[in-house]
Amino acid sequence: MINATAQAGLASIPALLARNVAQHGNKPAYREKEFGIWQSWTWAQADAAIRATAMGFMALGLQRGDHVAVIGRNRPQLYWSMVAAQMCGAIPVPLYQDAVAQEMAYVLDHCGARFVVCGDQEQVDKILEVESDWLTEDQKPSVEQIVYVDKRGMRKYDHSRMNALEDVIAEGRAAHHRFEAELATRTAELDYNSTCVMLYTSGTTGKPKGVVLSNRNIIETSKNSSEFDHLQAGEEVLAYLPMAWVGDFIFSIGQAMWTGFCVNCPESAETMMTDLREIGPTYYFAPPRVFEGQLTNVMIRMEDSGRFKKWLFDKYMAVARRVGPDILDGNPVSGADKFAYWLGNVLVYGPLKNTLGFSRVRVGYTAGEAIGPEIFSFYRSLGINLKQLYGQTEASVFITQQPDGQVRADTVGVPSPGVEVKIADNGEVFYRSPGTFESYYKNPESTASTKDAEGWVATGDAGFFEEDTGHLRIIDRAKDVGKMADGSLFAPKYVENKLKFYPAILEAVVFGASRDFCTAFINIDLNAVGNWAERNNIAYSSYQELSQHPRVLEMMRGHVAEVNESVAADPMLAGCQVHRFLILHKELDADDGEMTRTRKVRRKVVEEKFADLIAALYGGKSEIYTETEVTYEDGRKGAIKATLTLADATVAPAAPIQKVAAE
Amino acid sequence: MNMQNPDGYTTADGRQIGGVMMEMKNITLRFGGVAAITDISFDIREGEIRAIIGPNGAGKSSMLNVISGFYVPQEGEVWFRGAKRPPMKPYQVAGMGIARTFQNIALFEGMSVLDNIMTGRLTQMKSGLLAQAMWWGRAQAEETAHREKVEKVIDFLEIQHIRKTPVGRLPYGLKKRVELARALAAEPKLLLLDEPMAGMNVEEKEDMSRFILDVNDEFGTTIALIEHDMGVVMDLSDRVVVMDYGKKIGDGTPDEVRNNQAVIDAYLGVSHDE
Repeated sequence: MINATAQAGLASIPALLARNVAQHGNKPAYREKEFGIWQSWTWAQADAAIRATAMGFMALGLQRGDHVAVIGRNRPQLYWSMVAAQMCGAIPVPLYQDAVAQEMAYVLDHCGARFVVCGDQEQVDKILEVESDWLTEDQKPSVEQIVYVDKRGMRKYDHSRMNALEDVIAEGRAAHHRFEAELATRTAELDYNSTCVMLYTSGTTGKPKGVVLSNRNIIETSKNSSEFDHLQAGEEVLAYLPMAWVGDFIFSIGQAMWTGFCVNCPESAETMMTDLREIGPTYYFAPPRVFEGQLTNVMIRMEDSGRFKKWLFDKYMAVARRVGPDILDGNPVSGADKFAYWLGNVLVYGPLKNTLGFSRVRVGYTAGEAIGPEIFSFYRSLGINLKQLYGQTEASVFITQQPDGQVRADTVGVPSPGVEVKIADNGEVFYRSPGTFESYYKNPESTASTKDAEGWVATGDAGFFEEDTGHLRIIDRAKDVGKMADGSLFAPKYVENKLKFYPAILEAVVFGASRDFCTAFINIDLNAVGNWAERNNIAYSSYQELSQHPRVLEMMRGHVAEVNESVAADPMLAGCQVHRFLILHKELDADDGEMTRTRKVRRKVVEEKFADLIAALYGGKSEIYTETEVTYEDGRKGAIKATLTLADATVAPAAPIQKVAAE
Repeated sequence: MNMQNPDGYTTADGRQIGGVMMEMKNITLRFGGVAAITDISFDIREGEIRAIIGPNGAGKSSMLNVISGFYVPQEGEVWFRGAKRPPMKPYQVAGMGIARTFQNIALFEGMSVLDNIMTGRLTQMKSGLLAQAMWWGRAQAEETAHREKVEKVIDFLEIQHIRKTPVGRLPYGLKKRVELARALAAEPKLLLLDEPMAGMNVEEKEDMSRFILDVNDEFGTTIALIEHDMGVVMDLSDRVVVMDYGKKIGDGTPDEVRNNQAVIDAYLGVSHDE
């Protein structure tokens, strides 16, 4: 079957770029805030920069099939470098910029990158560290050329194989007579089957795997998903999520190139919220964590505000919760409610959305983890069209997503256009789609065990389709869903998500597989709890001290009891109530391997690392002394010592299977 | 390394240090009957990071104030770029290309970070008070040009996120960085830092050290600093002057100073028995 898109000559990202230059050459394609001003580039300017970069790469000796690692924060120049690499017939490999040298060593070695494009000195240092620390004497480093964007601090480095991107571009421009024909040939060779990008999965288990995605994967997926949400050339997105993450590649390259919308890069990670507000994106994506963080901030600030403001906020948020989602979905609402909501919009929701930078959001998505239903409905009640999608790197993101008007907190929507989904007997979700990855790089065994001969891919998640709506519901990771000692269902994430809704709780890990009862670790949110402590005149000198404060423990005891009550309401999951818990003395951290770079808890690692604490929880002790190794940002190690209190929580009686109506 | 060479020398990490920029000749400074500085001579060379260290009350800050022209010594001469420097008003000193930061942060607490740094450009503004107040004529174009310079500094010191924040709301470590930003905005030839890392934690100290090295490397700014933290001083500076009780007791590379018996005695203490 010959595909219509491919037939039209749009079989690669560079081809899409050429089309965009022809169609909207003078419209903004990229913006970046620098020196306090939004600098912008039109499609024509971006194209010129990309071509010059490509020719500069060729002058440095970039060959077809080479891997080009890209590391740094979201910047137009790095996106251009990826497209430039594609033009040369090479394969871009974006890496997580906060990865420590050891993690980077594995990936660089695995893909054998000959070129590395670094955002700044910090990343260059990491590459050099990788080479000096992780290579043995006789091993030759695979990296032959290092290109960096930010020149700062780079003066003293040995430049025998190092260049500033600016200079590479200048060289490419100067040598265009020499390379133009060759570049055109190489770009023309690209087709639907050529590799578009290689992305390393963060890997909740084991070593990262290089997911090879073809032009077909990326372009078909971008086309389908753009049409699903009617994305147009006028959309604005903020590119702030890690470039190594498949979502960013789809949004900031795939969909941006397909529809021709503008990609905005923030000034720095710290200014992201201000930049978000200034740009006012129309299409926005964030993991649940970001929404949670913003909600926590809003709540903290409302707690600190005057009595009248607080009263106004509470009153109109109650209205929004009651009728907001219905108004958003276009369901009938009484005239009085409509008026109250309109007034609320003038007084509260409008200004609040403006502060959050969501005034113009037409389509918003969250994915990556389940979002707390209360968090989700908070944003929807404000009139923000926030939806959920379910996906993974191997699917080029999209597996299922929610159509407008059919949005609920507890489902992840219907299969995306072109995607087939089936549920195996054990509840595991399988899919097959045009976005399904080609293979894992240099890993045929894993490829074979993940993707069968017919193209079905196992997601590793357990879920089911709701019969009446056809929406998919994900319960948990297939391997995490277990049985308790008495045979009842154990779904840790379900409980953890309920706990995490409380602003004071940043992270929770629930244990209980094959046990008599469930226990939990809790991470406090330093922002929220610190603010609370300040208001209540509680003095503390460190995270550790605050986390172990008796009043914090009391607060957590209350939260856990409430969660237990709500868990008990579901007869199937009543066994998952948390009987005992403790507050961890350190934040779970990716640097310590306790979380992935996308900030998902690595359950196994936590279980092993804190085995003493789990044993104590089940052993019925009331206190335990522990020492934990921590890794600082620069890679040095240290240890923290603490005595933790183990607390009992109130457990609610399970709801009877047959509900008796109250009189 | 020959540090007596009038044309300069090459540092251990390969940087080329130029000739003498500033020379202190037999400086003595008294406050009434108390001699804060007694007969001290040393020089600061173009492109160098020069540290002044010493125990509490050794006269380090007084020395820095002499360099900056704030104190006029009773005896001795200060030579700057081959000419003897007469007593000067602070703005004249700033006009010569000397900027400084203070031990006890001296910023405008109620003003934003941006405005504070803009004050560092004051000496370079050409338009008159009235034109600036009315934001009229040349003042407009001038402010844009100055803002651009200031934004480069903000970018350099990575303080974009607090650009519009009032300084009073900032934590100590960031205030120190804003003060450095204001000094840098003046595009100084010689930057004087009075205890740039006092009261900072390890991470903040590392950040500040990196900024100081970057300033020196990127803009070629000569830096004279006072610092308590010996580890930091030894890592940062090319040459160190050691003072004790207002006298110079050592001068040389960090290694030379570290092995100087007088310095060891001053820092570790020595019994003053007969």
